[in-house]
Amino acid sequence: MSPASAQPLLAIDDLHISFPTPRGELRAVRGISFQVEPGEIFGIVGESGCGKTVTGRSILGLVPQPGRISGGRIMFQGSDLTAMSQAELRHLRGNRIAMIFQDPSAALNPLFTIGQQLLGIMKRHDPGKRAGHLDAAVSLLADLGLPQPESLLDSYPHQLSGGMQQRAMIAMALAAEPDLIVADEPTTALDVTIQAQILDLLVALKEKRGVTIVFITHDLGVVAETCDHVAVFYLGQIVEQGTAREIFKAPRHPYTQGLLAALPSPDAGQDALKVIPGSVGDMVGDGVGCAFAPRCEFRMPHCDRQTPTLMPLGGQQQAACFLYDEIGEGT
Amino acid sequence: MSRIEYLARRAALAVFVLLGVLLLTFIVSRVIPGDPARLYLGSRARAEAIQQVREEFGLNDPLPQQFLRYVGSTLSGDLGYSFRTKRPIVEDLRTRLPATMELVLVSTVLAVTIGVPLGVLSASQAGKAFDQFSRIITIAGVSIPSFWLALLLQLLFFMTLDWLPLGGRLSRDILLTDPFTQVTGFFLIDAALAGNWEAWRDALWHIIMPAAVLATYPISLSVRMTRASMLEVLSETYITAARASGLSEIEILFKLALKNAIVPTLTVLGLVFAFSITGAVLVEIIFSWPGMGSYMLNAILSDDVYVLFAVTLIVTIVYIIVNLLVDFVQAALDPRIRMGGGSEA
Ligand SMILES: Nc1ncnc2c1ncn2[C@@H]1O[C@H](COP(=O)(O)OP(=O)(O)O)[C@@H](O)[C@H]1O
Ligand code: SF4
Ligand SMILES: [Mg+2]
Repeated sequence: MSPASAQPLLAIDDLHISFPTPRGELRAVRGISFQVEPGEIFGIVGESGCGKTVTGRSILGLVPQPGRISGGRIMFQGSDLTAMSQAELRHLRGNRIAMIFQDPSAALNPLFTIGQQLLGIMKRHDPGKRAGHLDAAVSLLADLGLPQPESLLDSYPHQLSGGMQQRAMIAMALAAEPDLIVADEPTTALDVTIQAQILDLLVALKEKRGVTIVFITHDLGVVAETCDHVAVFYLGQIVEQGTAREIFKAPRHPYTQGLLAALPSPDAGQDALKVIPGSVGDMVGDGVGCAFAPRCEFRMPHCDRQTPTLMPLGGQQQAACFLYDEIGEGT
Repeated sequence: MSRIEYLARRAALAVFVLLGVLLLTFIVSRVIPGDPARLYLGSRARAEAIQQVREEFGLNDPLPQQFLRYVGSTLSGDLGYSFRTKRPIVEDLRTRLPATMELVLVSTVLAVTIGVPLGVLSASQAGKAFDQFSRIITIAGVSIPSFWLALLLQLLFFMTLDWLPLGGRLSRDILLTDPFTQVTGFFLIDAALAGNWEAWRDALWHIIMPAAVLATYPISLSVRMTRASMLEVLSETYITAARASGLSEIEILFKLALKNAIVPTLTVLGLVFAFSITGAVLVEIIFSWPGMGSYMLNAILSDDVYVLFAVTLIVTIVYIIVNLLVDFVQAALDPRIRMGGGSEA
């Protein structure tokens, strides 16, 4: 299919997610829209607490309790996930949409072998043919670079290294050959060298199997090597999005610029590391004005009175910042 | 490091606990006021008769020698004589122990088969109507006095409805006209082995009320324990991961989460089980159930010290066996079990 006519695999439209708290509604996600094309890796990047996990979990209909989707739509292959029953969602989970978690040692059940967990998922989504599952499991583990897959099936999670656990987790996500994988900080809990291997593995999955991945991370540096498109989250909103190339070449939003400047570059020493001053604001309240204003060095008077929305900046790039108001309207 | 090694270690520990209890009962028997021989013969016995009995029972030998003999005879199944019944204690236990065991086993089976599933449902419905209801009922269940519940049930099911017998293990006419050989001492098993279904039904009818009363506490306790540990497990990431992989809620609750959550419940049920061997005394008395509780109570009332030692020993052994079983189940469930994983025996 041609890229122009292709329907996005996932289209999130004005998504709102909130948690009831004693102080009022905590609006963890406040009006997010983005589209994920089939066969790409779509990056969601932002500081801790900005709503990445909650957004990722909403794609499987698994917003953590007591949160709820309070508005918007999540269109997956043309149907709205927010309108589906739990039974319908269960049919999609693991089968069409799968998830990889941050800490594989917590996401694998300690009392069941890798084989029991992997085959359980295969059996759930394709009952019958037991022997076929076993062969499929072995070749899947081998494909993912796991040595001695047969004996691995009989291993318990605690007998594996972190990197092997995460590969096993990825195998479980792939078990029923899903169309979309939500990977929530899949390398954050791993050693640096293992991190790189898992990232390479995800890119290879995209290239060889055509799997679409929503890749969640707090590390903009990781995004550059992995993602096709990127959305930068700040306090439950998208402040900038575009292709990874656009965002790295010319970040427009002051927050993205700050994140990029904070990355350690090869020719700068550790002490040159810049950190964005200030701390992330509050998620309770209606939030009039730019959420980033308290930390922004370009803050203007009207930044506090009006809320900037995403402006097209040429190419696929968009940023929500009043600095680009004229650009958006004029040229 | 293996599970086998772990279990072997636990078993070895159990042997030491047993020896410790033997030593304790032995020491107690030598320091309590009152000469065992005098107790045996009664307060009017003459001095030379007492001497003779002391000689006969080896009470004049050095203490270490007496202890070794005590251990040896205990291990060979000789628990001494009851001063009250004037029979070997082992003889008395032969009917008393199975009577209590049958009662306690039935109530434990009820606790597992009723309490655990209800606890799982309660946790999965946390905060909703079913959970609120079950929490109120189980608070009542753990706090209601058993004798009061027993009297209430007797009033209802015997006096008013006349559905169930008032007490005992079997009806007298069955005992007289239709007896069955006692192999295990568990009437439900023995009657079934003999193919005597009328007696089996009669035994079942007799055990319903006392078992229900005895089970009220463990059922309620296992609902509460299971609920609490299930709630903890259900908040684990691996449960979210299981949901994310599309497994059904029933499968997640009963196949996955319950396996992670069951051990605390089993541990507590094990303790309640062992405690009930003598702790069922009120239930046994109210339902005229000829078990260990009433046997022990009579021994206390009549200074029948060797019976008390024997009962102590039995309860200890039951504790040890039950704990070993729980350890065994835990080791079977959890591959991470290591040596020294726990220190209580
Ligand atoms: N279970 C929950 N209960 C209440 N608030 C939550 C819960 N989970 C997340 N939140 C709130 O939602 C916001 C976003 O959280 P999250 O998506 O986990 O952030 P991120 O993954 O980007 O670090 C946070 O401010 C957090 O306080
Ligand atoms: S809108 Fe204003 S405050 Fe917000 S990022 Fe742009 S310049 Fe800074
Ligand atoms: Mg997160």
